[in-house]
Amino acid sequence: MTATVIKFYQTGTHTVGNRLLDPSQRSVQADMRRTNSLNSGHRACQGCGEALGARYAIDAAMQACDNQLIAANATGCLEVFSTPYPETSWQIPWIHSLFGNTAAVATGIAAALRVKGRSEVRVVAQGGDGGTTDIGFGCLSGMFERNDDVLYICYDNEAYMNTGVQRSSATPGAARTATTPAVGPAPGNVFGQGKSLPLIAMAHEIPYVATAIVSELRDLEAKVRRAMEIRGARYIHVFVPCPLGWGTRSDQTIAIARLAKETGIFPVIEAEHGELTAVSKIRKQRPVEDYLKPQRRFAHLFSPAVNTAAIAQIQALADRNIRRFGLVDAAAAAGAE
Amino acid sequence: MEKPFAITLDVGSSLANKTGSWRTYRPRYGDRLPPCNNACPAGENIQGWLYHAESGDYEQAWRVLTQDNPMPAVMGRVCYHPCESKCNRGELDQSVGINSVERFLGDQAIKLGWKFAPPATASGKRVLVVGAGPSGLSAAYHLARLGHQVTIHEAGPLAGGMMRFGIPKYRLPRDVLEAEVQRILDLGVTLELNTKVENIEASMQAGGFDAAFLAVGAHIAKRAYIPAGGAAKLLDAMQVLRGMEDEEKPMLGRRVVVYGGGNTALDVARTAKRLGATDAIIVYRRTREKMPAHDFEVEEALQEGILIKWLSTIKNMSDEGTLTVERMELDATGFPQPTGEFETLEADSLVLALGQDVDLSLLNGVPGLEVEGGVVQVGPNMMTGRPGIFAGGDMVPSERTVTVGIGHGKKAARNIDAWLRGEVYTPAPKHELATFEKLNTWYYEDAPKTVQPTLDLIRRQSSFDEVVGGLNETNALFEARRCLSCGNCFECDNCYGVCPDNAVIKLGPGMRFEFNFDYCKGCGICSAECPCGAITMVPENA
Ligand SMILES: Cc1cc2nc3c(=O)[nH]c(=O)nc-3n(C[C@H](O)[C@H](O)[C@H](O)COP(=O)(O)OP(=O)(O)OC[C@H]3O[C@@H](n4cnc5c(N)ncnc54)[C@H](O)[C@@H]3O)c2cc1C
Ligand SMILES: Cc1ncc(C[n+]2csc(CCOP(=O)(O)OP(=O)(O)O)c2C)c(N)n1
Ligand code: SF4
Ligand code: SF4
Ligand code: SF4
Ligand SMILES: [Mg+2]
Repeated sequence: MTATVIKFYQTGTHTVGNRLLDPSQRSVQADMRRTNSLNSGHRACQGCGEALGARYAIDAAMQACDNQLIAANATGCLEVFSTPYPETSWQIPWIHSLFGNTAAVATGIAAALRVKGRSEVRVVAQGGDGGTTDIGFGCLSGMFERNDDVLYICYDNEAYMNTGVQRSSATPGAARTATTPAVGPAPGNVFGQGKSLPLIAMAHEIPYVATAIVSELRDLEAKVRRAMEIRGARYIHVFVPCPLGWGTRSDQTIAIARLAKETGIFPVIEAEHGELTAVSKIRKQRPVEDYLKPQRRFAHLFSPAVNTAAIAQIQALADRNIRRFGLVDAAAAAGAE
Repeated sequence: MEKPFAITLDVGSSLANKTGSWRTYRPRYGDRLPPCNNACPAGENIQGWLYHAESGDYEQAWRVLTQDNPMPAVMGRVCYHPCESKCNRGELDQSVGINSVERFLGDQAIKLGWKFAPPATASGKRVLVVGAGPSGLSAAYHLARLGHQVTIHEAGPLAGGMMRFGIPKYRLPRDVLEAEVQRILDLGVTLELNTKVENIEASMQAGGFDAAFLAVGAHIAKRAYIPAGGAAKLLDAMQVLRGMEDEEKPMLGRRVVVYGGGNTALDVARTAKRLGATDAIIVYRRTREKMPAHDFEVEEALQEGILIKWLSTIKNMSDEGTLTVERMELDATGFPQPTGEFETLEADSLVLALGQDVDLSLLNGVPGLEVEGGVVQVGPNMMTGRPGIFAGGDMVPSERTVTVGIGHGKKAARNIDAWLRGEVYTPAPKHELATFEKLNTWYYEDAPKTVQPTLDLIRRQSSFDEVVGGLNETNALFEARRCLSCGNCFECDNCYGVCPDNAVIKLGPGMRFEFNFDYCKGCGICSAECPCGAITMVPENA
């Protein structure tokens, strides 16, 4: 993990701050002077993981570049809930692109800054999973391939939420969406489709790729900081639960994210130039049911009858992640026996 | 102003959009009662003083602690720490070593000479305290701090009560006790030793006292009828333990049998061992599970080579010191029944440790007093049936521990204070309990309990050196930081960080947080992610 791990101060680095820690060891979010780049009054749903993840990431980026930041934002919830004309929640220079061209817009901004000799001003592009993995994929791949000096942040809530929860290529197997209803012999989204953008980004061998999760703020901030130290194309994929689309309680947003990591469903990793450099280990491994059960988009797996086959399939995917990325420490695994 | 193409309005901030109106539930900061505090018989604010110890401010920790209990160095050694049995951390790994940190703070205070702040005001009222045991000392301390003039009448030659004439030195070194007693006296409390109160009303009248607190303890050893030859050496536990404070230590011989199953029996047997007994045997009529003594004390005694004969009663003792012992059997109700099977045991002395009764003679003739089961009855305000006379500790219905005695002393002092002003003391209402389910324990780092050092066995069997050692500054800090701060904000900044709507206002170090209800949508994340359960969601229009 990139984040400094403080072994013991009552809570170590698990909490946002900690009055016992030296301020330099607390998170950006603990700081009363944080940018609050996404200010109050935005119209995101109660408990929105995307609103939270975006503020976490952009506040960290702002701190890392001395507030010299411009953001391009794809169409999607993050844009719609933050900027209904003529108001905006953004407290940074921010531009709304189209749904599919954010990476290209950001590339253009970076090019303009280069021409103007303003190398201290940094560029971020951000969008949802739909805008990233589907419609914006071509522009993004180009941005990677040309190694444009842009940090692209994808907020993955696993569907097209802004338009009413349609499936995207980031929607997991079995999940119910408006376009993958829970009917028929294989209810919900089909297994075996979709794509992993972090792995695709790694295949471009760009300088930096990372995944992060709203339940691990310290890790998320450290990754943004690391990304900001690097020039060229960088990609961070942030897992952001969506209470509306997933059918979860609004107070469970962070808890669900935590479960995604602790079950192995969402691997939290880091890579440079195509090589895996770090993984965030599972602290207390849990079965995938613990993650699935609180989500109404998976309710059909548990009633009227328990769909053991589908659950086993999801467990197998989690186990594969654990194996593939080494998410469980040998010692921790032995302890869990 | 010239506007860009296709723009008619200036850019505004979303702050104009009061999303707080969406709310159906609202978060509320509120301290809950930590289970440790709730379990402490002396009513200590444990979480409160650990909070200061966590930041290394030991003096402030000690000051918060001593608001309730004036004797942390003693408590840190002899208290049976019911707080730790209730500590929420026990459900996570092991309970916080509250008692060991308390001892550290007490020792630190002695080492560095910390003193109590003198009382701010003088009430002009005089209160008589009878007995300088823990309960009397505690009452004297609290009364003095409330501005009253306190005189203690103590029958014995030294202060401390059972802390001096009961609890052995290897558990409570006397210099520790003396330092903490002296600090109480330094508040201006008058201690009159060798002053037995024979008649409470006469003493009050003679001294012109406005009220009295009685804490004479329970000192009369209970006897069992055991036929014994004239030459047999038959003693009671109180004689032996009290005798340990004299120049001439009690002569018990090589083979010592102790009869009883409480902590006192263990203390006597362990004392006998240290005095040179080769065999120190406890005879008890029930099983280990039924023994009133605490498990850790039984364990320590066994380590030191004390033998325990379970399910046995002593029938008689011959001149030569032969004991006849009958084996018992528990019946269906768990009560021991004789079996008619006998054996013998050789002993140089037999010590009876069968509990103590209260000497109530000082109360003879006091009207309105109620005595039941050998102890004085008191109301919830610790007052006896006689207005102005309060009582606490072992002489009233209680669990008979130092801690309970200290708690009674505090409670009585607060009620005496109100009574002297013609008022009624009403304790602050208790907060809702911070149960384990209210915590989000994900956030706490794993940390096993610090083990206190113990003296090596040889010295434990031959000397009265203290058995259990204290923590040092480093591990005391570590131990304090194991506290989960149940129910009470410890400024982890989680709520401030996790709100998707920036609706938590951080007020700065030591000042905690507030909600901005213009924008709080009531999602409940802050409440769910508060590690210690300090935020409750309540319906918006409640
Ligand atoms: C051997 C032994 C070990 C114990 N170990 C522990 C332990 O480890 N932890 C624990 O919590 N508890 C322990 N206890 C219990 C604890 O000591 C008592 O519950 C506690 O001391 C009671 O406090 P008190 O103030 O009511 O009475 P005491 O401590 O008994 O003090 C009463 C005082 O009043 C004085 N007095 C009596 N009559 C008069 C009078 N008429 N006039 C003036 N003064 C008078 C006495 O001399 C005495 O000093 C132990 C008890 C014994 C016997
Ligand atoms: C070219 C184009 N097609 C469709 C849309 C409608 N549209 C707006 S946002 C959106 C989905 C956004 O999904 P995602 O990128 O995952 O972001 P989320 O809202 O889930 O955060 C769609 C389909 C559009 N704006 N432009
Ligand atoms: S963790 Fe701390 S506050 Fe909670 S019960 Fe234990 S000592 Fe008390
Ligand atoms: S997290 Fe924010 S919006 Fe949600 S209940 Fe708490 S203060 Fe309100
Ligand atoms: S989340 Fe942390 S800072 Fe907020 S109330 Fe709870 S303990 Fe205090
Ligand atoms: Mg989406």
